[in-house]
Amino acid sequence: MRYIKNGAVAADPFVYVEGDETVPSDVSAIVSADWLLSAAKQQIEGRSAPLGVNWPNDRPESELAPFLPYLSLIALEFPVFRDGRAFTQARLLRERHGFKGEVRATGDVLRDQFLFMVRTGFDAFEVKKAADADAFAKVLHEFTLRYQPAADPQHGFRSGFTPPFPISAQERDA
Amino acid sequence: MYVYDEFDRTFIAERAAQFRDQVARRLSGELTEDEFKPLRLMNGVYLQLHAYMLRIAVPYGTLSSKQLRKLAHVARVYDRGYGHFTTRQNLQLNWIKLSDVPQALEELAEAGIHTIQTSGNCIRNTTTDQWGGVAPDEIEDPRFWAEIIRQWSTLHPEFSFLPRKFKIAITGAPHDRAALKIHDIGLRMIGNAGDETGFEVSVGGGLGRTPFIAKVIRNYLPKQDLLSYLEAILRTYNAHGRRDNIYKARIKILVHDLGVQRFAAEVDEEWSRIKEGYLKLDSAFVADIRSRFIYPQYEDLDDDPGSLRRALATDAKFALWYRNSVSRHKAPGYAIATLSLKPPGKPPGDATSGQMEAIADLADEHSHGEIRVGHEQNLALPHVRQEDLPELWRKLDALGVATPNVNLVTDIISCPGLDYCSLANARSIPIAMEVSRRFEQIDKARSVGRLHINISGCINACGHHHVGHIGLLGVEKNDKEFYQITLGGKADEDARLGQLLGPAIPYEEVADTVERVVNRYLDLRLDENELFIDTVKRLGIAPFKETLHAVH
Repeated sequence: MRYIKNGAVAADPFVYVEGDETVPSDVSAIVSADWLLSAAKQQIEGRSAPLGVNWPNDRPESELAPFLPYLSLIALEFPVFRDGRAFTQARLLRERHGFKGEVRATGDVLRDQFLFMVRTGFDAFEVKKAADADAFAKVLHEFTLRYQPAADPQHGFRSGFTPPFPISAQERDA
Repeated sequence: MYVYDEFDRTFIAERAAQFRDQVARRLSGELTEDEFKPLRLMNGVYLQLHAYMLRIAVPYGTLSSKQLRKLAHVARVYDRGYGHFTTRQNLQLNWIKLSDVPQALEELAEAGIHTIQTSGNCIRNTTTDQWGGVAPDEIEDPRFWAEIIRQWSTLHPEFSFLPRKFKIAITGAPHDRAALKIHDIGLRMIGNAGDETGFEVSVGGGLGRTPFIAKVIRNYLPKQDLLSYLEAILRTYNAHGRRDNIYKARIKILVHDLGVQRFAAEVDEEWSRIKEGYLKLDSAFVADIRSRFIYPQYEDLDDDPGSLRRALATDAKFALWYRNSVSRHKAPGYAIATLSLKPPGKPPGDATSGQMEAIADLADEHSHGEIRVGHEQNLALPHVRQEDLPELWRKLDALGVATPNVNLVTDIISCPGLDYCSLANARSIPIAMEVSRRFEQIDKARSVGRLHINISGCINACGHHHVGHIGLLGVEKNDKEFYQITLGGKADEDARLGQLLGPAIPYEEVADTVERVVNRYLDLRLDENELFIDTVKRLGIAPFKETLHAVH
């Protein structure tokens, strides 16, 4: 797995905390949805390090609303390539709830979804195959246009498409 | 005609280049078949029984002569010199090599043709009345709206991995020529109390193993809200449609499980949050799309010119074709000519490259360079001067596309069946060919009148058997092909599902049984004005049951 942030492979500053493990308050941690929903107020608000949540794709994103001010990251899951529920969740988090933190794609993340993910508001990616991660910039340059507005509504219909990440010419041509 | 500009051309070319890369990665083994499958499907590439199949979109059934020539060329160079027109305004090539697909797509892109989303669990080619823009009963040309939907749905980032495929149909006329009620969403243009027009929206229609007729969830949708409302429906479906069982994943099951009122309420709740947003269609955008549709400059002509009347009086064969295949046009002195792709004894919906090229030439000569494709798997020339009809008919007849059987018993709708399709349980095309041979004498077919036979080779129902006046469904029993017969289905504005006549019958008995059903109807009908479908409606299927047992 490779982690991509801001358009480039990076080191993931977060650790996943599984099930009933203790969640350290001084480490950037991605907790489960169950932990978040049952945690005491102090456990969430009294942290010294950023908090993220791993949110399943069959749970309404609206349940996250009260926690959004305390969340730096929401990881949304693609259990299999063809299960596209997280695209809807990402758009709603960005457009309806105004979430500005990291929205991370996890699970069966392949290069052929990158464009759709970027256009629905994802800005971080746990990419399964190294070759796909390497092709990230190239893939986002396959299209210079898009027909419809989505999480990028400012340009209306029938507009140019520019990836929202800085990408070097070298990467693009790789 | 919708005229592509640089934007549309660039987009299609970029899509073709992207797929070229995906095919290369599949051929090199970098992509597994499992990973490649959704990608190829979204580009219209199926893996059939013997070969790959390429499904090419004909958006809203409108083709220019240049585009039809390109289809003929691609069919000749990359396939076996013919194509199959489907029930959803697509053209299928059944023998293409995967390694040739990228080149074929590039050539198609040059003529503004693509295969985007002709398959896969995404929003498919939006279909319309094939007479859009020329039908006399039309409120408004439905094709602008189909084009707006095409653009909105093309590579939609949120709705490209839906629970299942998603089909939208739209009509601008009260009479439904687009089979709205068997679509995931059907849009019927209607007027409101004022001067405005909008859409009646139905949802949840579909055939397959659990057939449903679509239900109306909004009586009147203002046009400017079209895309926000569609997005609300799709979002509700993407979030809540079932993904655990492919046979329960269509929106029809969600609508059925929730109940139509609750489904409509959920859509309304979502819609209320987005309807005033950026999807609201402003008049400048709609006018821009509208301006890309070029209409012919019609001459100032009168209906029923003398030359036409003389030909009708003197040439019985022409008159027969005229009465069957020519329809009223909204411009005086013009007509719509339907070209039957159902000659007796031939596979329904097939056209050779030679025929396509000749039809393209005739379109240039007689129809302002335009051709239409209908869901009944026939073609039409939409702008023919009535005085040209006798000459046009002679040329069409020479091409073999003037069989005067439009809407008759031999105008059979059929899927490709077991001859091509890996899903099929039974053959469809040979059944269609044999049944059409039984009614080859046109006088016999005419005496029967309007009668739609629909044939599907499996429960997926691509031949729409549930809504055929006579529906034939191929099933497998002990490794043999059997066929269930249903009667009384309809796909128009009074859509309903056919009723099962009885136990399935073996392949060898199908044509005989269909003949007996038709003969029984001829005995039962009140007079020759009572159509088959009306007799079945009046008497039910009971009086037809004996036809199943006649040979036992």
